[in-house]
Amino acid sequence: MTTPILQAKGICKYFGPITALEDVDLQVSAGEVLGVIGDNGAGKSTLMKAFSGLVPASKGEIWFQGKPVKFHSPRDARNLGIEMVYQDLALAGNLPIAQNIYLGRDPTKRFGFINRIDHKRCLEMSQEHLDTLKIHVKNAGQKVEDLSGGQRQAVAVARATAFDANLVIMDEPTAALAVKEVSKVLELIKRLKSLNVAVIIISHRMDDIFAVCDRVMALFHGKNFAEAYINETSHDELIGWVMGASQHRETV
Amino acid sequence: MKNQPAETSAELASENLTAKISIILDSYGILLLIALMMIILHILQPDVFFTWRNLTNVFKQTAWQATLALGMFIVIVTAGIDLSVGSILMLSLMSLAIVSKAGFPWFVVMVVPIVVGIICGCINGIGITKLRMPHPFIMTLGTLYLFRGVGNLISGGVPISGFSEQVNFLGSGRIKLEWLLGSGAREYIPVSLIFVIIMYLVVWFYLEHTQHGRWIFGIGGNPNAARAVGINVDNMLILVYTICGGLAGFAALILAGRTNSGYPNAGLQSELDAIAAVIIGGASFFGGRGTVIGVFSGVFLMGLLRNGLNLMDVSVFWQQITIGVIIIIAVYLDVLRREIGTRK
Repeated sequence: MTTPILQAKGICKYFGPITALEDVDLQVSAGEVLGVIGDNGAGKSTLMKAFSGLVPASKGEIWFQGKPVKFHSPRDARNLGIEMVYQDLALAGNLPIAQNIYLGRDPTKRFGFINRIDHKRCLEMSQEHLDTLKIHVKNAGQKVEDLSGGQRQAVAVARATAFDANLVIMDEPTAALAVKEVSKVLELIKRLKSLNVAVIIISHRMDDIFAVCDRVMALFHGKNFAEAYINETSHDELIGWVMGASQHRETV
Repeated sequence: MKNQPAETSAELASENLTAKISIILDSYGILLLIALMMIILHILQPDVFFTWRNLTNVFKQTAWQATLALGMFIVIVTAGIDLSVGSILMLSLMSLAIVSKAGFPWFVVMVVPIVVGIICGCINGIGITKLRMPHPFIMTLGTLYLFRGVGNLISGGVPISGFSEQVNFLGSGRIKLEWLLGSGAREYIPVSLIFVIIMYLVVWFYLEHTQHGRWIFGIGGNPNAARAVGINVDNMLILVYTICGGLAGFAALILAGRTNSGYPNAGLQSELDAIAAVIIGGASFFGGRGTVIGVFSGVFLMGLLRNGLNLMDVSVFWQQITIGVIIIIAVYLDVLRREIGTRK
């Protein structure tokens, strides 16, 4: 078995007296799609935010590409190629698509002694990137607030993949979408996989899990509950895991 | 059920036209308003209004307010507010006056208000972020009292007048136009106007063409998005309030030059004027929207209004009422325009 690109051991997260995560392990390899399921409040989003650096873990180790790493802010994680698509998408509606994709890492050129943003190149790069992902928008200069839900989701994915991501984490990427838009996002996930990117996807929709995931793990009350390869499990079993009840299996 | 009528080309064209008009109004609406006001004032006061002297007067009177409003604008873009700019201005001005009276050389006297402004702004920024104040309104409401109190304390609450020529240069210096208009010409350009234009250009470049600028707009649009992409939102906010304070320091320097004195009532309620100018200029109170040219127009519009009403001998009370009405109308027009803009 290849070494996992991301390996987390004994992750704990406390919010004051509340224990959100307790001793959680997780691993994912390049080109693998891992599904994470669990009931509301099971700690899925918190776990992902620990990997994206937004909410650093209280305890535990994270190994990335075989090296131990510490994330203090999303910047640390992004520098390693770990990108996250948040449930609320975290886009700035007042900015154009292009500037959202490159927000925080805008392409610049020297202008005297200062770096000025290269707006033209930003537009061109965005358009090119959107084309590779086969995302269609009128033009990359459009404001994000004028887009549909699916288009916004696509922009969020585009931002996550604009800089050769190694690992893309998606929190409920299809929850707010129309049926037609869901299949597009699932296609995007498959395309990422074919580019040898590791993907972790949180979802309540079992259909999505079965459509794209290689492996699935369940969290229950902030702890590892069960895990299986997708072809060794069933819809009903996964539902059981979410409830924290039936057919408890040991990790694979 | 009604049949959906096929859109005729005429309908499409008219839709296009509305869209175009909305874009034009979006960018230049306030400039049109200013032009209209100038024409009306010219008709009402044909001998006085359109004279070099009167117009430069408007600029000289509004230069310090324009500087204050510029700082307020950057803060409002982040969806914040700085109620303390008037007090920062006063504290900077009194510090300048004290240092000047103590006999320090002119360049020290000129640097002091800027440094004081920067320190005050930094205090605001640190309070808002590190003390985790629920809203900038509260922190800057506190410092509104605090800074003015300190200003009164250090000056004893009495005016201090008489600065050197160099210190007054920014606020009351003149660039004569004899070389352009022939000797004997009395026309001039106020130095403060040149300074304000440079200041606005610098801030425009900063906001539109640097990463910081885009981050500031990003924070205003969605602070969570900014955080998620790794922008250090707290540090950016501290920087923004510090810039705002520094600009208030510059405003103090301009005002010092114009009045040749530091007085305890300086900048009283000017934070409200600054907010009004920014809002009239089309910036969104909820952050992420607005232009530098809009802010300048907002300041100029208020200056013109006061000037025009003064010329026509309208009482100050009516001026207050008029400005109040204009703020409400300006924002209402903005609401209408947005509705047209988003109608699909």
